[in-house]
Amino acid sequence: MTLLIEFRRDLLIALAGLVLLVAIGLGIDHAWPRDFLTSIFAAGLLAMSLNMLIGYTGLVSFGHAAFFAMGGYIFGLLLQSPAFTGALGAGSVPVALGVAVVGTGLYAVVIGAICVRLTEIYFAFLTLAFQMFLYSVILSWVDLTGGDQGLMGGIPRPIFLGIDLADQYHRYVFCAVLFVACVMIMRIMTESPFGYTLRMIRDNATRAAFLGVNVFRVKLICFVVSSSIAAVGGVILALFTSGAYPEWAFWAQSGEAIFMIMLGGLNVFLGPILGAVALRILNDVVQMYTSHTEIVIGVVIMFVVLGLRRGILDFVKDWWVEKQQARLAAENRNGQE
Amino acid sequence: MFDFDALAACMSTSACLVNQATSGLIIGMLLFLVASGVTLIFGVLHVINFAHGSFYMIGAYFAYTTYHITGNYFLAALVGAVGAGICGILFERLIISRVYGQNLLMQLLVCYAFILIVDDLVKIIWGAEYLAMGIPAEFRLPPLRFAGGFVPPFYLFLVAVSVFIGIGSLLLVTKTRFGKIVRAAALNAPMVSALGIRVNVYFALLFGFGCALAGVAGALAAPVRSLTPGMGLGILVESFIVTVIGGMGSIPGAFLAAIILGLTRSIGSVGFPLFVDGAMFMIMALVLIFRPTGLLGQGAVR
Repeated sequence: MTLLIEFRRDLLIALAGLVLLVAIGLGIDHAWPRDFLTSIFAAGLLAMSLNMLIGYTGLVSFGHAAFFAMGGYIFGLLLQSPAFTGALGAGSVPVALGVAVVGTGLYAVVIGAICVRLTEIYFAFLTLAFQMFLYSVILSWVDLTGGDQGLMGGIPRPIFLGIDLADQYHRYVFCAVLFVACVMIMRIMTESPFGYTLRMIRDNATRAAFLGVNVFRVKLICFVVSSSIAAVGGVILALFTSGAYPEWAFWAQSGEAIFMIMLGGLNVFLGPILGAVALRILNDVVQMYTSHTEIVIGVVIMFVVLGLRRGILDFVKDWWVEKQQARLAAENRNGQE
Repeated sequence: MFDFDALAACMSTSACLVNQATSGLIIGMLLFLVASGVTLIFGVLHVINFAHGSFYMIGAYFAYTTYHITGNYFLAALVGAVGAGICGILFERLIISRVYGQNLLMQLLVCYAFILIVDDLVKIIWGAEYLAMGIPAEFRLPPLRFAGGFVPPFYLFLVAVSVFIGIGSLLLVTKTRFGKIVRAAALNAPMVSALGIRVNVYFALLFGFGCALAGVAGALAAPVRSLTPGMGLGILVESFIVTVIGGMGSIPGAFLAAIILGLTRSIGSVGFPLFVDGAMFMIMALVLIFRPTGLLGQGAVR
């Protein structure tokens, strides 16, 4: 209850955002905005959950897409199994969602317990290595995962509580609700004392340990939660594409997510989503002119990293802060006269 | 998943053992060359070259083209190494040197962008298809028989070159004037530059040397592996595993770890073909849990 009161402003904003998203999706009589926004929900959750590690905790993970793919695959595999849908009937979609999130979380506990002890470079290394491990498992375990073809033949989606996920409107609203709920969870986590503990660890882990923070445990909790949220992103994409593909676990997916964070802004809560939107638009525009999108994206990354040296929203924030300070300084001067 | 009968049958015949050991050794040697480049660059410049696999790829493709034009493999290997080295120096001067000392995220992103650009360039120049170079004419000799197994002469050449280069780079860093300056600069760059030494030049040369090692590995791999625009990443991940197991910054450690991994790969392909990758990651996880600095690494985990 106190949570509701403390975060009432954020909750209201989230609710307004949800209403807006639903209005856009249902109001416009064209599939494009719904498809575009659904893919943003998936990519946005991946990028935002990764930013909990990179921006808030200072853990640069280069293997976060592994959890994204894991969520999508668990969800798809469960619903494709006749035994599972037969046993659970109408409840199979929510149960599959729950199992995908919890299962990915458990996998993240194992991976996290090994990786989180290590700092900086080793951490980036290992997360990348484990991601490539998952990728090779997906590729080689053809009987289960379909290898490089991915999960083919569509994912059955039994109707539950009157929600028919085969219907594009129902599916869009369902994905929008999942997305906003996950964003809200991340907002609460990062603005709570726990979130400030994360920032403290990022800024000075040794000092945090002196103050009695169990650094390992806090990092691990953050790692597991962000991985589970990435899994929700994977579930949304699996619903959207009605399949799951090994590219989701490929390193380039993680690289893209990192770039979304960087492009949008590391130090602003909604930065990664802006980055996801910007990158998607950039991708679509480049694709209209050339099939060699990678080279253009690569050049853009170089420009942003070496030229701007920060993301779009970081840039705006810095500019805003500077302006405020200039105004304050001017007021102080006036007051003294 | 596990076929221990096949493994035991292989272990009991010397022919199979020799064949698996040699193929393990050449995998290990290629890994060693790439990993020693990563470890050298990290040891001095404290950056992880996440784009190191790209230089392996550049070396392989340069060697491929040179061999096709001249028909001389030795020249092709040299062009592969030097070409990768020059690309490495350019990469260091133009791009990586701008993110020294910045946080890891920036270095990661820059390397990510570089990999995207190089992979796409390779696709434009050489096409996206698999290319095969084949065993070069100089080495089309009957295989040597050794304890019942067959050893192609090219494998011997590959191992000999790798060991030679490995010893050479160890001596370069520990015994020569160049190595001393570079190590001093790694500890205190402003002091070294105050002594009138152009530190930037040395850093660029060292970076280029590390990339040339990857280029040699690519050129040596070209006859025995197929060439594709994504070939850099596979070896990059494996060479990371090698550096983690061997200990960051240690060339002998990289050598030991590369041989362990190479043998795991080749012997594993008989006994547990689907679990080869899994076995490599298990070894790495065990090393990290029980000896986080790596087998031969010194000092604290960074």
